Amino acid sequence: MTLQAAPTTTAASLQTARPEWLDGLWLIVPTLLIVVGMMVAPLAGIVLVSFWSQTGFDIQRDWNLDNYRILFTAEGALYRILILKSLWMSLTATIAVVLLAYPMAYFMAFRIERAKLIWIILLTVPFWTSYLLRIFAWKVILGFNGVINSGLKFIGVIDKPLEFLLYNPASVTITLAHAWAAYAVLPIYVSLEKIDRSYLEAATDLGDSKWKRFWRITFPLSLPGTIAATLLVFIPTVGDYITPTLVGGTSGIMIGNSIVTQFGKANNAPLGAALSCVMMLAITLAVCAFLAVIGRKRLKAADI
Amino acid sequence: MTQPANSRPMISLQSVSKRFGNFAAVDSATFDIAPGEFFSLLGPSGCGKTTLLRMIGGFERQSEGDILIDGEPMGIRPPNQRPTNMVFQSYAIFPHLDIAENIAYGLVNRGFDKATISKKVAQALEMVRLGGLGNRRTNQISGGQRQRVALARAIVCEPKVLLLDEPLGALDKKLREEMQIELRQLQKSLGITFIFVTHDQEEALSLSDRIAVMARGQVLQIDTATALYERPNCREVAGFIGNMNFFEGRISSVANGVAAIEIGPGQHVRVAASGSSAPGQVAILAIRPEKIDAAATMPQGNGSISANVIKARALAGSYLGDRSLILAEWREGTAPVSVSLQNRKAQIGAETFAAEAPIWLTWPVEAGVLLNN
Repeated sequence: MTLQAAPTTTAASLQTARPEWLDGLWLIVPTLLIVVGMMVAPLAGIVLVSFWSQTGFDIQRDWNLDNYRILFTAEGALYRILILKSLWMSLTATIAVVLLAYPMAYFMAFRIERAKLIWIILLTVPFWTSYLLRIFAWKVILGFNGVINSGLKFIGVIDKPLEFLLYNPASVTITLAHAWAAYAVLPIYVSLEKIDRSYLEAATDLGDSKWKRFWRITFPLSLPGTIAATLLVFIPTVGDYITPTLVGGTSGIMIGNSIVTQFGKANNAPLGAALSCVMMLAITLAVCAFLAVIGRKRLKAADI
Repeated sequence: MTQPANSRPMISLQSVSKRFGNFAAVDSATFDIAPGEFFSLLGPSGCGKTTLLRMIGGFERQSEGDILIDGEPMGIRPPNQRPTNMVFQSYAIFPHLDIAENIAYGLVNRGFDKATISKKVAQALEMVRLGGLGNRRTNQISGGQRQRVALARAIVCEPKVLLLDEPLGALDKKLREEMQIELRQLQKSLGITFIFVTHDQEEALSLSDRIAVMARGQVLQIDTATALYERPNCREVAGFIGNMNFFEGRISSVANGVAAIEIGPGQHVRVAASGSSAPGQVAILAIRPEKIDAAATMPQGNGSISANVIKARALAGSYLGDRSLILAEWREGTAPVSVSLQNRKAQIGAETFAAEAPIWLTWPVEAGVLLNN
C-alpha cells in the first residue's frame, strides 16, 4: 500500500463505520431480551387468547369477540364493578402511601445531614422478610384474635372482638399502603434531595413563610418524584391478588382474584385473558387521566 | 463617602459575631452603613464576608451582638420579615416558573393585585433591559440574563437594603464589566443601600463608596477605595489590595513629622510619621511598585531629604506593554522589590536594566506608608 492510499482508506472506513446512535446499544440488549421474552411475548399471548373461547377443557382458536361482549354487556356488570372497585381501592392505598411517604422523604432529604445511606438501608428492612409474611403480619394484627382485638379486650375497651377489622376493603387498603410505602419514599426523596437549597432561601427572602414556601417551591419541584411514586404504587396494586386473598375476605376481593379464578377454578382462560386486557386498559386510562389532571405545563416545568 | 452627621445609619452592626465552637467566622464586627451607600465586603474566601452578609439577611443567626436595619433591631428575625432582599451567588432562579413569575414572586406576598403586579414586573424587566422576555422559561436565557432576573426579582420588592453575594462571580470578564457599570447606575438611580460581597478587589474598588476589608473573621479596615489603596492601616490590607513592597526595620529617629527607619546596617528610609511613632519601634515602610522610580545610574542629588534612594541589583524584568515590571533585590535574603514603570517612551523598562546590573530605586518620602505590623 502506498502512503497516499492511507488517507483514502481512513475516509472510507469512516463512512462505513457504525452510525453514532448505535453506540452503547449493547448495554440494553440483555434487558431488551428479557423484556421481549418474558413480557412482550406473554402479553401478546394473553391478547391472542382473549379472542379465543373455551369449550369444556379445550380452548377453541375460533377468533371471536365473545369474551369482550360478555365484559361490556349486562352479563359482565360484576366484572366491571370489580375493576372500578379495584381502581378505587388502589387509589385510596396510593394516596395513603404518598401521604405517609412524603413526610418521611422530606425528613430524610432536609433534616438528615449525615449517614443518609443508613436511613435508606433502614427503609429496606421490611423487604428483608417476604411479601407474604408482611401481609400475614397484618392478618395477625387485625384478626379476630389478633393484636388489636386482644389488646383492646385486655384493657377492657371491648367485650368481644371487633369483626370489622379484617376481611374487608379497608383491611386490604391498609395492608397495601403498608406494603408499598417504601417504594414511594425513594423517588420522592430523590426529587426533594435534588432541590437546590438556595431556592428555599430565595423564597424566604422574597417573603414566603415556611408553609407558603412548601407549596410554592418545594412541592412543585418534587412533583416528578411524587408522580413517579404515585404510579409506582398505583399500577401494581390494582392487579394485586395476594393481599385481597389473605386479608380481603369475600367483600375485599379485587380484580386480580377474579382473573386468577378464570384461569384456575373456572377454567376459562380466554375470559381471564380478556379480563386482564380490560384491566390493563382501565389502568392505562386511569393513569392518562391522572397525568392530564397534573397538567402538561406543570410536568414540563417540573422536568428541569 | 461622607456621611451626614444627623442621618441615621441604614445598617448598624453592633459587635456581631458568628462562632462555631472556638472558631469565629465573624469576630465582633461593629460598623455602620449609610443610607444609599454602595458598601462592599471584600476579602479572600473564608474570611467571613458571606457569613456577615447572610447574618444581615437573616439566613444565619449571629452568636453575639445585634444588627439594626434603619434603626430597628433585627435580633433573630427570619429573612421574610426583614426589609432586605438578596441576590444569590447561584441566582436561585426558580426553574418551574417563567421569568415574569420569578420577578412577581415577592410581589405576590405583598398583597398587590394582579394588574399592579404585572405593571411592576414589566417595569422591572425594562429596568434590567429584559423587556419582552417575561414569558421565557428560565432555561431559555443566558447567564447574564439570569443575573438580571435575580436582580430584578430582588429590587422589585423595594427593599431598604439589597444584599448581593458575589453576584458577578459566574459571569465572564466582559459581561462582568458591563454588569458592574449597570449595577452602579441602578444603585445610583434607585438610591437603595447595596451591600456587595466580593473577593475581586478591582470590582470592589471600582463599584463601592466604601469597602470593608475582611480577613479571618475580622474587619481590618473600612474606607473608600482611594484611602484603602493609598493609606492602608496594616500590612494585610496593604498586601491584599494591589501590590505592595515592604521594608521592615526599626525607627531610628523622628523629626519634623518624618520617621527614619533603619532597614539595614546604616541604611535608612524616611516616611511620614504617625502620631505614635517613636524611636526604637518596629516599623514597616510600605511602598507601591508604581511609586518607585528606577535608574541605571546613581541619581543626582540623592542626599536630598525629600527622596529615598536604595541601591539594588536587577533580577528580572518583564515588558507588559503599557508598563514594565522589574524585580530588584536590595539585600540578599529579603523579598525582591517590584517596580512598575510606565512605558511612556519606547524601550525603557525591562530592556534598560540588564539582569545583575545595579539599579537605583527612588521614591518621594510622602509616597510611602508607615505601618506598625
